Amino acid sequence: MEFEFTQEQEAFRSEVRQFIKSELPSELKWRNYYFDFYSHDDEVGNFTREMSLKLGAKGWLSLTWPKKYGGQGASPILQLILQEELEYNHCPGIDIFGVTMIAPTMLKFASEEQKEEHLPGIAKGEVFWCEALSEPDAGSDLASLKTVAREEDSTFVINGQKVWTSGAHQADWAILLARTSQELPKHRGLSFFLVDMKTPGISVNPLINMANNHEFNEVFFEDVRVPKKNMVGDKNKGWYVVMTLLAFERWSIPFYAIAHRYLEDVINYVKQRKPLNPALRYRLSELLIECEVGRLLHYRIAWMQKSREAPDYEAAAVKVYTLELNQRVAAASMEVLGLYGILTKGSKWAYLDGEAAWNYLRCIGNSLEMGSSEVDRNIIAMRGLGLPSR
Amino acid sequence: MDFSLTEEQQMLQKMARDFLTTECPKSLVRNMVKDEKGYTDELWKKMAVLGWLGLVIPEQYGGGGGSFGNLIILLEEMGRACLPGPFFSTVVLGGLTLLEAANVEQRQELLPKLAQGNLLLTLALTEATAGYSAADIKVKAIPKNDGFSIQGTKLFVPDAHIADYLICVARTGHSKGPDSGITLFLVESKNPGIGCTLLKTIAGDKQCEVVFDKVKVSNSSVFGEVNNGWHSIEKVLQKATVAKCAEIVGGMKQVLDLTVDYAKQRVQFDHPIGSFQAIQHCCANMQIDVLGCSWLTYKAAWLLDKGLPATQEVAMAKAWTSERFRKLTALAHQIHGAIAFAEDHDLHLYYKRAKVWELSLGDAYFHLDKIATGIGL
Repeated sequence: MEFEFTQEQEAFRSEVRQFIKSELPSELKWRNYYFDFYSHDDEVGNFTREMSLKLGAKGWLSLTWPKKYGGQGASPILQLILQEELEYNHCPGIDIFGVTMIAPTMLKFASEEQKEEHLPGIAKGEVFWCEALSEPDAGSDLASLKTVAREEDSTFVINGQKVWTSGAHQADWAILLARTSQELPKHRGLSFFLVDMKTPGISVNPLINMANNHEFNEVFFEDVRVPKKNMVGDKNKGWYVVMTLLAFERWSIPFYAIAHRYLEDVINYVKQRKPLNPALRYRLSELLIECEVGRLLHYRIAWMQKSREAPDYEAAAVKVYTLELNQRVAAASMEVLGLYGILTKGSKWAYLDGEAAWNYLRCIGNSLEMGSSEVDRNIIAMRGLGLPSR
Repeated sequence: MDFSLTEEQQMLQKMARDFLTTECPKSLVRNMVKDEKGYTDELWKKMAVLGWLGLVIPEQYGGGGGSFGNLIILLEEMGRACLPGPFFSTVVLGGLTLLEAANVEQRQELLPKLAQGNLLLTLALTEATAGYSAADIKVKAIPKNDGFSIQGTKLFVPDAHIADYLICVARTGHSKGPDSGITLFLVESKNPGIGCTLLKTIAGDKQCEVVFDKVKVSNSSVFGEVNNGWHSIEKVLQKATVAKCAEIVGGMKQVLDLTVDYAKQRVQFDHPIGSFQAIQHCCANMQIDVLGCSWLTYKAAWLLDKGLPATQEVAMAKAWTSERFRKLTALAHQIHGAIAFAEDHDLHLYYKRAKVWELSLGDAYFHLDKIATGIGL
């Protein structure tokens, strides 16, 4: 066992910190609180894109890719260091869908032509992606989706509706899972597509979440023609591709770093306003332990990836643990802040511009997004512990 | 970063699991609960032959020169097996104090005997306050003639009833703060001034009240410097605390295994109960806690092995493992149902130890307080 970072890794961390220090203005309005980077006004949205280009120019959006695709062949530990620093500092710029989920999935399943067409845009930070997966009647039971892709000449014609599509209103491209066979069993009749969001027939409807952010959308597909060359993997084999995508998704964001920052913010608040009730003092210390647990579990996944051990149930464990940890941090923050906690962005007396109140509302999504906590626990139980399915 | 066991550790782990499965069945654990000594000479000698007693003792003193990390792996297996007996008191509490504070002559005399299985030791630290801070130390050692006279009562001293020597942590001076003025003494347990009473505990582990009534000890029985003993004890406590976490982690892993096995084979409503999500999600939570406790413990052990500062990490490991093991055993009981509520089932052996280990070497509140203080709260 070895818990030390190498000199190269430490140097990289310093470089990332220096980058954040010089590129991220100190005003709170530029901060990206995890998924809400799509929901800011245009000014901040544009800033996110600018930062993305700067990260791309550094080569930091393709760190772990093989060199032949423009990557640096770096260790996943380096990638985690980058994201840890960005998330801890609420620094926007990474399109998490393209960079941490879709690119690694493409590297595994896409054709050479597809890789050549799409990977450079992600690496440069020019192209943002979204995931058209969930539907009104297909949530945790994703394979029951109804959107149809009908083969016609050199295209597939897509018809159907997706929902909870984060960032669809700002994405350039989407990945899409659609039904290509009505006869085969439900998991085996699905195919995986890359879709240009500018294709005629796509319409995007905003859905506002309970934290009053526009993150996700409904996306309607009406006779949308997708070239056959945009299918990833074989026809009716899309389930394998999407399972890989979702596995990457589960450890795509170091959520412990996000939770840790919120926790430190509230600890700093407490230090200015003693005395703290002893129960909350213990609780904050306990949450600090939990952030360390999350960090160790997440670094272990990166290490597994580096050692070519495919993380499986371990990724589900990290995801459910760290996202629920953020919920616990949000709850504790509100208790510590007392009445100040209910003040929102723009309120005169709000601490850190209402960060705690916002997280308290937004965190309801933490046990739902990227697969519900229940699905993660099913994975741990069945794939990790070998408990039987019914 | 490397999250794997070394080849040597993997071998040690396998050997220990195999050995303890055969040599330490639950029938032995149960017998030792009733047995006043609490261990068998036969098993103790076998562990000496395997090199376990001298695992971290330097080769020059007849030990194996192994790392603290290796000891952690071994202790994890001992926790899994609920190994009864004085391993923790002799090797961890006694042995590590010796390595930390004893001079060359003392090492030469004691360490080879310890490694060979001919010496049982323990640390007489806690008193009526049952606390692990310097301020809890009230037992006095008063300079007298060519030595000291120890007076007072130690409580919750593990295995004192069988130990050949006690390392007594006593107050020898009143100076700046509670941390100074403490000295460590090696005291022969046969000393006529010592009265030892075995306490009855929920797990049947052997903890004692030790009364020191004007116990005379010579100057040569002092470990380290007079009045500067707490400095050594702090270091020993860090390692002993993580060692306790390792036992807890082992216990947690075994309880999870028992529970998952049971959930797979117990059929109700025509299905194994392990196919029900209510049970699956409980087991998933248990698995997450096992992972978290393991890595906190391994990281703290790694820091100590490297001689790096580990105050926060040690406190984190013990605060978390203490809480999670107790909760895990309660969940395991719920999944097992009435069968494990019965005395002849093994699960309660872990439920009982979970409580004992939670409270030993500082409970969660004790360590959470350290963490809070450490971050300026």
